[in-house]
Amino acid sequence: MRASLVDRPIDIASLLSETSDESCGASTVFLGTVRDVNDGRAVTGIEYSAYRTMAEREMSAIAREASERFGVTRLIVEHRLGTLRLGEISVAVVAAHAHRAPALDANRYVIEELKRRVPIWKLEHYRDGTREWVGAGSGKRERGIETPREEGEASLAQGSVTPGS
Amino acid sequence: MTVTVLLFASYADALGTSSMELEVPPGSTVRDVLSALAALPGGDRLPPRPLVAIDEEYANVATELRGGEEVAVIPPVAGG
Repeated sequence: MRASLVDRPIDIASLLSETSDESCGASTVFLGTVRDVNDGRAVTGIEYSAYRTMAEREMSAIAREASERFGVTRLIVEHRLGTLRLGEISVAVVAAHAHRAPALDANRYVIEELKRRVPIWKLEHYRDGTREWVGAGSGKRERGIETPREEGEASLAQGSVTPGS
Repeated sequence: MTVTVLLFASYADALGTSSMELEVPPGSTVRDVLSALAALPGGDRLPPRPLVAIDEEYANVATELRGGEEVAVIPPVAGG
C-alpha cells in the first residue's frame, strides 16, 4: 500500500507492476485527467497545490480504510502537483486483488474519499487568460465537505461526494 | 500564546500570505483564531465557518488551543 504526492508525470505501467503479481486476477486503474471545459469555460491547464503533509497523511488513511473494508492490500494512490496540461493525469488509483469485486470497490472508495477530504486545490487556467480556484466561489462544488458540527464529535460530517472529473 | 496559522489556495490569496504566527489569549479556541483572521486586511473574504485542521487533523471550531499548534484554514478541497 502506498499513498504519495508526486511532482512528476504519473507512470501507469510502473504503478501496475508495483501493485500486481501472479496472485492477482484483477487490477483496476482509475485515472483523473485534466479536462478542457469546466462549468462551460474553456480550460487550458490546472495548477494543483496541497497542504502536503496533511494530504499525504489523509491519502494514507484512506488507503488503510479501503484495505480494512475490502481486504485489498495491493493499493497505490498517487496525486500529482504542479501545473498540468490538458489530458495529463492528475491522479491515479491502482488496486489489485485475486478477484475483481474487491479491486473495483476499493478503487472507487479511494477516489471518492480523496475528492471529499484530501486537502488539494486546483487553480484552473482559462483560455481567456483568467485563473480561478475551483470551489472558491459559492458554487455547488463547495458542498463536498463540511466543518464538523460544534456540538458533535470532531469528525468529518458526511458531505455529498462532489461530481466531476 | 502563539499558534501558527496556515492558509491555502483562495484563502492565502485573500490574506496575502500562506503562513503567519498569531498571538492569541490563553484559552482561545479555533473560533477565536478565525475571528482574529477575519479582522485582518482581506479577512472578510474568508467564509464565516471554514474547514479547519489542527496539527494536520480536521478539527471542530470549538476546540481549545494550548499554544504551539499548527492551525490550517482549509478551502473547499478540489483534488482529483
